[in-house]
Amino acid sequence: MTQSSAATKAGTKYPKYTKYLDKAGRPIVAVTGIGVITSLGVGKSDNWAKLAGGVSGVRRISRFPSDGLKTTIAATVDAVYQDSMAPAELSQRIALLAGEEAIAQSGIGSKGHFPGPLCLAPPPLELEWPSRFKMAEMAAANGEAGYPDLLRIARDYGAKFGAFRFGIIGERLAEHFGTEGSPISLNTACASGATAIQLGLEAIRRGECEAVLAIGADGSVTPEALVRFSLLSALSTQNEPPQQASKPFSKNRDGFVMAEGAGALVLESLAHARARGARVLGIIEGCGEKSDSFHRTRSSPDGKPIIACMRNALADASVSPDAVDYINAHGTSTPENDKTEHFGVATVFGERAARIPISSNKSMIGHTLTAAGAVEAAFTLLTLEHQRLPPTINYNVPDPAIPLDVVPNVARDARVFRAISNSFGFGGQNVCVVMTREPA
Amino acid sequence: MSERREVWITGVGLITCLGEGLDATWDFFARGAPPPYDDQSFAPYIVHALPPMSFDKQIPKKGDQRQMEMWQRVGVYAAGLALGDAGLAGKPDLLDHTDMIVAAIGGERDIPVDTAILAGVRAAEKPGAFLNERLMNDLRPTLFLAQLPNLLAGNISLVHGVVGSSRTFLGEESAGVDAVRVAQARVAAGQSEVTLVGGASHGTRWDHLLDFELGGALLKGKFAPVWDRGPEGGIAYGTLGAFLVLESPDHAGARGARPRARLAAVTSDRNKRQQGDIEKSLERQWQVIAAQIDGSHAAVISGATGLEPATSAERRALKKFGLPVRGSGTYIGHGIEAQFPANLAIGTMVLEHGKLFAPAGSGDGGKDPEPLNQIVVTGVGTWRGEGLGLIERSN
Repeated sequence: MTQSSAATKAGTKYPKYTKYLDKAGRPIVAVTGIGVITSLGVGKSDNWAKLAGGVSGVRRISRFPSDGLKTTIAATVDAVYQDSMAPAELSQRIALLAGEEAIAQSGIGSKGHFPGPLCLAPPPLELEWPSRFKMAEMAAANGEAGYPDLLRIARDYGAKFGAFRFGIIGERLAEHFGTEGSPISLNTACASGATAIQLGLEAIRRGECEAVLAIGADGSVTPEALVRFSLLSALSTQNEPPQQASKPFSKNRDGFVMAEGAGALVLESLAHARARGARVLGIIEGCGEKSDSFHRTRSSPDGKPIIACMRNALADASVSPDAVDYINAHGTSTPENDKTEHFGVATVFGERAARIPISSNKSMIGHTLTAAGAVEAAFTLLTLEHQRLPPTINYNVPDPAIPLDVVPNVARDARVFRAISNSFGFGGQNVCVVMTREPA
Repeated sequence: MSERREVWITGVGLITCLGEGLDATWDFFARGAPPPYDDQSFAPYIVHALPPMSFDKQIPKKGDQRQMEMWQRVGVYAAGLALGDAGLAGKPDLLDHTDMIVAAIGGERDIPVDTAILAGVRAAEKPGAFLNERLMNDLRPTLFLAQLPNLLAGNISLVHGVVGSSRTFLGEESAGVDAVRVAQARVAAGQSEVTLVGGASHGTRWDHLLDFELGGALLKGKFAPVWDRGPEGGIAYGTLGAFLVLESPDHAGARGARPRARLAAVTSDRNKRQQGDIEKSLERQWQVIAAQIDGSHAAVISGATGLEPATSAERRALKKFGLPVRGSGTYIGHGIEAQFPANLAIGTMVLEHGKLFAPAGSGDGGKDPEPLNQIVVTGVGTWRGEGLGLIERSN
């Protein structure tokens, strides 16, 4: 189906049913399917049991030699990874599995047809070293191979082993799921998964479609990816024991743990979901974003963009900070993020900040990078469903400068109607998603 | 929300091998000069390089320039031109709510480091450990940021202060089409008042050439217009940057800004790319906008890449539509994600001058409509995705 910017008018399909419109008169957007894969397991029941149980998925890297690396741990999706899978293949595989789980739960569409577009947050792909090594061998059996030599054999190599393309995962998933129109692949660094949800929310609100498949997936733990984050001093180097390396909001936090995972949501106009009798798992009430012009890798120390991002999200959802019961933190476990996030939360929520529970899934699943926003939105929806707050584990040395209720170490039951999930990315791209159990 | 608004193009920034800005681009066409391609530097591949230039005007801090790879510099420069053209540059109160969608590539390599690793690994006792050691020691920390796709947008925020929002779309030509489609739809629906949208490409690098030659996409040997590159065809990779400022009439009016053109519609789609699929896709999309087109006063700026079979398929579809056609890729090369925004910029230029540039190659043709009121821009990807954009004279 052709997608056009000159779409049907939003909200006109169900004009009489104002209960399906939000306070701003836009279609309410429901979640009717959730799929998730992390280092903790495949599927949401396994993931939720371990997340609520405070289990860490961080382990020693076994996929490649870690000689000479400062960081030798990661939270990889070993249950899905098979020998020598490149990041493009692994990311596609976990995106597909998460998408299938979400669609099966939703019951939307039919086999091979999803009635709406795909919004995908894949990792930024690159040609990988194993491919370069193979090409160099092919290009120069005995001599040395430079890039012009690789180019000489590239056409034959590509024909044999497949070409390298940025849009490949989105294209294959669109074909597999039968989504409509041009699949969007996007990147806003560590906020990508949340941006996928936001793009879907906006498309449904514009009336372009009734449903969107939003997926974030990242399966890119490779030596070079690890080295790059290492060179930016972003990763924890507390390799022993691996399970204790990710310790958001702790005084001794020293960086994030690189991770893999995928999160998928079926987004659907509430009217469409109700009309087909679908079970509504939650509502995406609003999204907010704000970019930062301070630095390429660091958040503005005044917290302004993060504060504006959360406020924009609450304004988009037409709710006040008082109406938020839980915060799913970005909480990377880097010294800087957690400090700035605390400052932002303290500013937006005022004196309530110290009392609102805020926990970081990354303490258990690490930082799933481009998938994080989608994976953590999925976990936030499960938090709403189970009325139980997943903990921030490894919280043994509280940082006195961050006086927050981080749900330390053990999950707890709570009444949670509305939650927000934060995602802040390199390059100053920040997104916040507001979710509720059911329409307010 | 139910009222759709007009979407104005209030700023255009373009930099290609033809020069900087729409005036220089028009002057080039007016001179009737041949396409400026380079078949020597990356022989046997043909590329379109930028003329020698300084980035200081738009990126005054050398430190910022050092933190970027060439594609980011080109993009940040073109974005600055567009913001300046729209009258937004240096106005923090406006830039604070200016949204941004960038279609990006990224993935630049440190070629000497890669080459040394490829040479050294053959003698290494433990190849895995050797790779780790070389990467830890030889990779520049800043390269990561200079090649991350979302850091073009990040650098535009840093250098020009665009901080309303920032999204980056990936995935070759379609990323450029969908970036503009979503930006247009958001402004039309009241989700944004003003959006900077565009992209940049850098064709004069061995690593990017490698990525596209893996798909058998590069033009080799002898230069020819996009329509006439033989049975397999090929792209002449271009370095270019193109950005547009899209704005609601209310927002533009309140600050006294005038439209250069209206962006009336953008469509996109995908298919399996089996025989006949491209024609069908373009025909379906044409039907979506057909009612808005006045055929006797419209022309096509084609984004045909030169790669077959897509280029011939587009040509067959365009023949049915019956409008005059000009393929810009013959002149500016193929800038992948940035090509669709670049052709919208060229379309805006053509509308302002009221006439087309001279035809080049067997797929170009048709006389200048009198007057010329509308331009349809095509974006047919080398391996996936098709799109159309409709721009209109604003007066």
